[in-house]
Amino acid sequence: MITHLLSAADLTRDDALLVLDTADELARVADRPVKKLPTLRGRTVVNLFFEDSTRTRISFEAAAKRLSADVINFSAKGSSVSKGETLKDTALTLEAMGADAVVIRHGSSGAPHTLAHSGWIKGSVINAGDGTHEHPTQALLDAFTMRRHLGSLEGRRITIVGDVLHSRVARSNVLLLSTLGAEVTLVAPPTLLPVGIEHWPCEQSYDLDASLVGADAVMMLRVQLERMNAAFFPSAREYSRRYGLDADRMATLADQAIVMHPGPMNRGLEITAEVADSTRSVIVEQVTNGVSVRMAVLYLLLGGSASALGQDTVALEEVAS
Amino acid sequence: MTASFLLRGVRPLGGDPTDLLLADGLVAGLGPGLAAGDAEVVEAEGLVALPGLVDLHTHLREPGREDAETVLSGSAAAAVGGFTAVHAMANTDPVADTAGVVEQVWHLGRTAGHCDVHPVGAVTVGLGGRELAELGAMADSAARVRVFSDDGKCVSDAVMMRRALEYVKAFDGVVAQHAQEPRLTEDAQMNEGPVSGALGLRGWPAVAEEAIIARDVLLAGHVGSRLHVCHVSTAGSVEIIRWAKGKGIDVTAEVTPHHLLLTDDLVRSYDPRLKVNPPLRSAEDVDAVRQGLADGTIDCVATDHAPHAVEDKDCEWASAAFGMVGLETAVGVVAEAMVGTGLLDWAGVADRMSVRPARIGRLAGQGRPLSVGEPANVVLIDADAQVLVDPSVMVSRSRNTPYAGAVLPARPVATFLRGRLTARDGTVV
Repeated sequence: MITHLLSAADLTRDDALLVLDTADELARVADRPVKKLPTLRGRTVVNLFFEDSTRTRISFEAAAKRLSADVINFSAKGSSVSKGETLKDTALTLEAMGADAVVIRHGSSGAPHTLAHSGWIKGSVINAGDGTHEHPTQALLDAFTMRRHLGSLEGRRITIVGDVLHSRVARSNVLLLSTLGAEVTLVAPPTLLPVGIEHWPCEQSYDLDASLVGADAVMMLRVQLERMNAAFFPSAREYSRRYGLDADRMATLADQAIVMHPGPMNRGLEITAEVADSTRSVIVEQVTNGVSVRMAVLYLLLGGSASALGQDTVALEEVAS
Repeated sequence: MTASFLLRGVRPLGGDPTDLLLADGLVAGLGPGLAAGDAEVVEAEGLVALPGLVDLHTHLREPGREDAETVLSGSAAAAVGGFTAVHAMANTDPVADTAGVVEQVWHLGRTAGHCDVHPVGAVTVGLGGRELAELGAMADSAARVRVFSDDGKCVSDAVMMRRALEYVKAFDGVVAQHAQEPRLTEDAQMNEGPVSGALGLRGWPAVAEEAIIARDVLLAGHVGSRLHVCHVSTAGSVEIIRWAKGKGIDVTAEVTPHHLLLTDDLVRSYDPRLKVNPPLRSAEDVDAVRQGLADGTIDCVATDHAPHAVEDKDCEWASAAFGMVGLETAVGVVAEAMVGTGLLDWAGVADRMSVRPARIGRLAGQGRPLSVGEPANVVLIDADAQVLVDPSVMVSRSRNTPYAGAVLPARPVATFLRGRLTARDGTVV
């Protein structure tokens, strides 16, 4: 297994399947009366969040705590970072405190890469979203969710819709899903597809309706309204009409197809409430699965063997009794 | 009294070995088997002798950022790099937009004495792009400014650019444009292309450079003035300049060493030392600027030496400053990109790194032939060196070079400014 998780591209097919299978095992912990394993007892996981993200932070926090790790939450707001402390000095501080893993969310693309390769810290770095670059654990939880509903992702058709240009979720999903053998189509207005996308391992389309035909999963990306002011699209209404998922469009999907969203949603913009709350929607499940997948990532990066529960089952029973 | 030097066995412009005698600030003798007389003999067998290099684009950071570089340290780095004249860019703090500031920089250069320091004057007050700076006062000052640039910022307003081009005609000045359409490059981080898309870094598209160059060559043609294009980085820019020169427009252009060698693919490392403006471009662009320099469409190499304090590069990509140091690696990089590839011989290097930049900057005593009676501005280059780049021994006050640990195929070993030895084997004299 790799030392850091910076990009979904860091994962080979075997790595990715190991994470997903491990997450499957760990998910069972959530069904037990005591939702805790002693696996990472004595290890320290730092959540280093330079951007607000309550959802991702608490997901990592829950994952680390279920593995009995000590968790330190370091958020940029109200900390020395807001007084001008650099990433380097923050990293050196965390290193001095003995962090075994740093989960970093940062507004600048590549900041986790810099943190991992600068020599500032020795522990594992997990990218929890960097700028408009990547969000690999989101892609893993998405793949995990898809596997639960669709089985193997080999040959499955996944349509991802929205602001691909600014989306770290889209980048990580394209990389991971193609590694897992799925066929991905990105759908967006031309202004929201990056230059050079023809080199990505996926198809592109400007036409949502055509891209829904035969899709096994449709993932709607969050659209930020300020994009409108930068002339990426004319109005929220036009965006919804052309690229939003409503009940009529959902009705054209195949029976088994699922609807996903990384959250937080703009109900009424990229997805209607009717769709978000429908039986096809697995959006809440995605959140649940996020904890299991992040447990698997922490477990494997911090030196776990292939079987997450195997040797710990006894310990688990001790804890339970 | 200046010492005399007999440079024995040098190869002028890479030609046949001969002796070169420097005395009284001039080339006093040229030919095999010259008698040394009182002159100090420099055993220089096989070293290539070129006229001292001239840099049209150097950031010396003084006044304002003396922590990153000073006129003293930067001009010393220039001498070590083989330069006998540099043009100090105007984006200091305060900006070099008055006769007072340019004279200060000029005096600091004179006092340092490592090479000629010619201040570049700002085109607009404070590089603000709104009011023309007192170009005439800077031209008439002791610094005798002829090159004007808002480098770092583009003179994006078409009327302002037109006026500047017209105005400098009165004193044979030139406007050196940093071609960057501002709206197309807001918060831009790297070349826009497949790599920027994959890395999620905001793109700096080639068209933002090319659109300004296209406009400016048309303006220069219209008002009959002289335009210089800073750090050309794209294939399209080379095409536009080639077209303009074909039309008889008085345009010149420069390319940096790094745009001759490095591509945007390297940015996958997120190494902030690779963050420059204009950004590193594609392999096709590198090929085009090399061809442009070889065929003369691009007139010269200019380093865009941009020293930065450690903390401005020891950070995540987006927070890092733009620029890399270049004076001490320019010869090696040009040798790698142009000589090693057969695109230029050493006479060509002399033309592109000394003769033409001196002409563009209107420096009468620089970029002259190595013949008797000419100013003794000479650099000796070991063209067969294999030099490991070690930032810790650099003379510049800053260390932000992406070539650390790389091996370059040539290095300057001695530099003479008007007959005086200014640098030898990597240290100033």
